[in-house]
Amino acid sequence: MIRIVNLTKRYGKFLAVNHLNMHIPAGTVFGFVGPNGAGKSTTMSVLATLLQPTDGQAYVGGFNVVEEPAKVRELIGYMPDFFGVYDNLTAVEYLDFYAGAYNIPKEKRPALIQDLLELVNLSGKANAYVDTLSRGMKQRLGLARCLVHDPQVLILDEPASGLDPRARIEMKDILKELKRMGKTIIISSHILPELAEMCDLIGIIEQGELIALAPVDQIHEQVAGHRVLRIRLTDRAEEAYAQLHYLEGVVHAEVDGNTLLIKYAGDDHGQTELLARLVKNGLPVLSFAEEAGNLEEVFLTVTKGVGS
Amino acid sequence: MQKLTNLLMNPILVKEFRGRMRSWKSILILVLYLLIIAGMTLAFIYMQGGNSRYMNPGRSREIFMVLCVLQLGLIGLVTPGLTAGVVSGERERQTLNILLTTQLSPTKIILSKLTSALAFIGLLVTTTLPLYALILLYGGVGPGQMLAVFGYYLIAVLLFGSIGIFCSSWFKRTGVSTVIAYGITVFILGGTGAAALMLQEWLRYVNRMVTTPVEFTEFFYVAGLNPVAQMLSMFSPDILLPVMNTAHVGAEGFPLPAWLYYLLVYVPLIALLLFLSVRLLSPVKRPLFTRKARKIQETQEVSSK
Repeated sequence: MIRIVNLTKRYGKFLAVNHLNMHIPAGTVFGFVGPNGAGKSTTMSVLATLLQPTDGQAYVGGFNVVEEPAKVRELIGYMPDFFGVYDNLTAVEYLDFYAGAYNIPKEKRPALIQDLLELVNLSGKANAYVDTLSRGMKQRLGLARCLVHDPQVLILDEPASGLDPRARIEMKDILKELKRMGKTIIISSHILPELAEMCDLIGIIEQGELIALAPVDQIHEQVAGHRVLRIRLTDRAEEAYAQLHYLEGVVHAEVDGNTLLIKYAGDDHGQTELLARLVKNGLPVLSFAEEAGNLEEVFLTVTKGVGS
Repeated sequence: MQKLTNLLMNPILVKEFRGRMRSWKSILILVLYLLIIAGMTLAFIYMQGGNSRYMNPGRSREIFMVLCVLQLGLIGLVTPGLTAGVVSGERERQTLNILLTTQLSPTKIILSKLTSALAFIGLLVTTTLPLYALILLYGGVGPGQMLAVFGYYLIAVLLFGSIGIFCSSWFKRTGVSTVIAYGITVFILGGTGAAALMLQEWLRYVNRMVTTPVEFTEFFYVAGLNPVAQMLSMFSPDILLPVMNTAHVGAEGFPLPAWLYYLLVYVPLIALLLFLSVRLLSPVKRPLFTRKARKIQETQEVSSK
């Protein structure tokens, strides 16, 4: 659905995005992670047809964002990190304005607006002036605005920024619903655990370069070069440690109560042998699981604070 | 009919009208506008009448001219204020980027904003019609002249409006845009007049020894840029063509019809300003010249291979 080829964007001497290459299949929720100034918003602006790349191409639904911006705009719903609203309109009038801007016939708009307000839990505020809404409500109204023309792709730049915990949860629930509806979503956020929960694919960008791109359950392994195995036993964790810690591929092992945490750099076959060894030696293994990894840790490891 | 409905149902126009009519500022502008124009016109009528208790119909032409100049001055005062924030205001409110990702093209956005300002000025001018009716009642001014004056208003609104919109597209801040737009408007309304008067004095000085009749055609080209002089030249053509050593000349002495010169200068300028505004608003600018465009296309083809 989205393809980025050698995308480069310069602002004078500052290189915001450097030869970015990416492919996001249809129906994927893609989490874009990176410190401030890494190039996330720039990439999203290019995809939203708001910025001309210095070099390279970007395609949405097969349409080049520079050559065929009108067709791309039909496919996307874009929510910038900071956006304003027209204060002198009610929520319904606000959505009606954007429905008109997307050439939606007048007779179809009332039902559509009602559905959208229901989706974002703002039915009770339909006739309230937009400036009387809280930040979280405005953010949800903004999301409803993105959906007014039923786009296949949603580009959401920090949709949860500045929201209180309740508003974040509400926003997350709406995004999960949109995921169920089969939308392709690009979302950037600093709330990394939230991304891990929602996204299928994670991309980490720093100083304009994509440094990791992998499914969310593999991103830790790709970045850190090892996977984390959590082995829970009913008893004899120290003995399990003694059995495994010296083996090839085990980078680090530590005991935490009845749990053994292993950083393992070997392959899948080697991993099965670890389990087989424990069972063969009669150790009471309760569970043997690969952890998705702590995304915060991944983020800190990869970015090394360069952007801050 | 469908096209007309689409045009009238343009979402930006609907939003602008809705917002404008909900704002107390619009009512305030309307009241102040009427107070100023009616107050000054009625005061002039009173002064013209002196102490007599009747209106002198022979003077209605002068009153009409005063009303026209006042109206033009007020249009110059209001139009930049209405238009100098239309794009920069959207940018400051952080709504511009969202607007640009919709199906509304930059051309439609700019033209809708201009139409909205034009409609409000139209409302202001329409509310002053009773004053014109008062003058027409006593004669001295033909309906043709009246229509021509409204034609001049239309060009003036389009000119000042496109200046405001251009400044708004160019400068990021509404404050800066408003100051520059008013500066240019004041130059067109007053600066061109002052330049014409200086030129006239210089021409008189250069030709001081000449005893044959002289028409200052150079003056026409400078004074003809001034909307006030242009409009008043309908009533007294010598405003645009001063002479020496000869009697008064009529409009037939102009190198070309004054209104034609006015249109030839300002209509392309309005079109240029609107074109530049659209271009400044377009997030992704396509090259204007085909050679450059072809070169870029070739580069893209090579890189895609």
